[in-house]
Amino acid sequence: MSPGFPAVAGDTRGAAEPTGHGARQTPRIRIRDLYKAFGVKEVLRGLDLDVGAGESVVVIGGSGSGKSVTLKCVLGLLQPEAGSIQVDGEEVVGLGGDSLEQVRRKFGMLFQNAALFDSLPVWENVAFGLTQGQGMGRREARAIAIDRLAAVGLEPEVGDMWPAELSGGMRKRVGLARAIATSPEIMFFDEPTTGLDPIMGDVIDALIVKCVHELGATALSITHDMASARRIADRIAMLYEGKIIWAGPTAEIDHSNNPYVDQFIHGRAEGPITMMANA
Amino acid sequence: MPILQPIGRTFLAFIETVGRLSLFAAISTSHCMRPPFYPRLLLRQMVEIGYYSLPVVGLTAIFTGMVLALQSYTGFARFSAESAIPNVVIVSITRELGPVLAGLMVAGRVGAAMAAEIGTMRVTEQIDALDTLATNPFKYLVAPRLLAGITMLPLLVLTADIIGVFGGYIVSIFKLGFNPSLYIKNTWDFMEAIDVISGLVKASVFGFLVTLMGCYHGYNSRGGAQGVGSATTNAVVSGSVLILSSNYLITELFFAR
Repeated sequence: MSPGFPAVAGDTRGAAEPTGHGARQTPRIRIRDLYKAFGVKEVLRGLDLDVGAGESVVVIGGSGSGKSVTLKCVLGLLQPEAGSIQVDGEEVVGLGGDSLEQVRRKFGMLFQNAALFDSLPVWENVAFGLTQGQGMGRREARAIAIDRLAAVGLEPEVGDMWPAELSGGMRKRVGLARAIATSPEIMFFDEPTTGLDPIMGDVIDALIVKCVHELGATALSITHDMASARRIADRIAMLYEGKIIWAGPTAEIDHSNNPYVDQFIHGRAEGPITMMANA
Repeated sequence: MPILQPIGRTFLAFIETVGRLSLFAAISTSHCMRPPFYPRLLLRQMVEIGYYSLPVVGLTAIFTGMVLALQSYTGFARFSAESAIPNVVIVSITRELGPVLAGLMVAGRVGAAMAAEIGTMRVTEQIDALDTLATNPFKYLVAPRLLAGITMLPLLVLTADIIGVFGGYIVSIFKLGFNPSLYIKNTWDFMEAIDVISGLVKASVFGFLVTLMGCYHGYNSRGGAQGVGSATTNAVVSGSVLILSSNYLITELFFAR
């Protein structure tokens, strides 16, 4: 645990500190043969993925390839038709009620558009997991919220602003502050740089790397922004037609010898990946 | 038979919706009774439903009472039964018009606002965010609204009853020339506890239905701004229809012989 983020109630991180490249250990997230369909449209078709302790894995793929669906299945927001998702060895598919809430206490999530609660000021957004999820007092939770806002480069005055008053970059920062507020063991990032200018995207990526490193957390991100993926990933996996078609260390993605990966990372229109007009 | 297919499809869709709504209502009700409770949110919803609906419900009630007295007079004058006006006003207002009109006004104001707010939260992933922050949306969003609706609608209706009767009194005294003390005496003598109680029971049921419809349609809204718009419309329409249909059932329960 980094001194940068003091532990808060509910932090169950044990003796096994993340190694930074924990792929050889028992994976913290283990997905096997995952299927998910919406009506007749099959989105995931037997997806396999491991995320090791302390590892930062980024799933890349085109729009509509099932990246967000994968994340929502892991979070328990969607129920897959078949397959297994284990978090620290515990099966989460089919889990509900208090058991699912207990698993979710390990998670921190940065949503694509931050998903801040409009009806609450910024500091209450950041402290939400502490006050509602853990029953912490408002005074103590506010102090932690201001601390987390500082960690993402925001002044304490921002805490009293409303989400509607924030710019896109500030919303992402606040979303990140909320995601790290409970010192989660596992963090999820859904398109963290989408909608931001390149400089702000770089700033957010740097904050993600810093926060994940200081927390010693495991991270699973999804993006189609290759620059972002290269900055935040230890390992990259490419999702295509509902399956992981390539996975490997970030440094090796340029030498994958996989025509699908090559086409995607170079952003070429020509290649084996054909974009449907309605995709 | 091709003609039977759309009928069957519509029927199945209706059954599916009823089942989904029943499940939503059962889960929501169970969360109203189990901790953790959110007193701050409950208080906020009570103020939103009870206090901010007061002007529109009060205006509706006073004009309804006034029109009721005036119409009753023009009708009853044909049979020289003008003295029955206080009785008609008190029974009509407490049994029917108070709860039904207040319920419809709240459905338009509060049900629509709830559907829009929760629907926006759904399409902007705020409800997903609640889940990931280990907070049950039913407990945090739905239960306080249902409880506030169930408790505040009877108070609103009680207020509407008083204002409505006062509306009838104003017209009867200042326009129709009734004796004030006699009008009040007749009203008081004719009023029965069951009239008021049945109205308050109706109000509580209407409060549940209006907030349930607002939450249900908002929670299940899809597809951005258009989806939120549809959720709002559906919440008001279904809430209003349920008020009118359940009104008959409750009336049957209390007064059928």
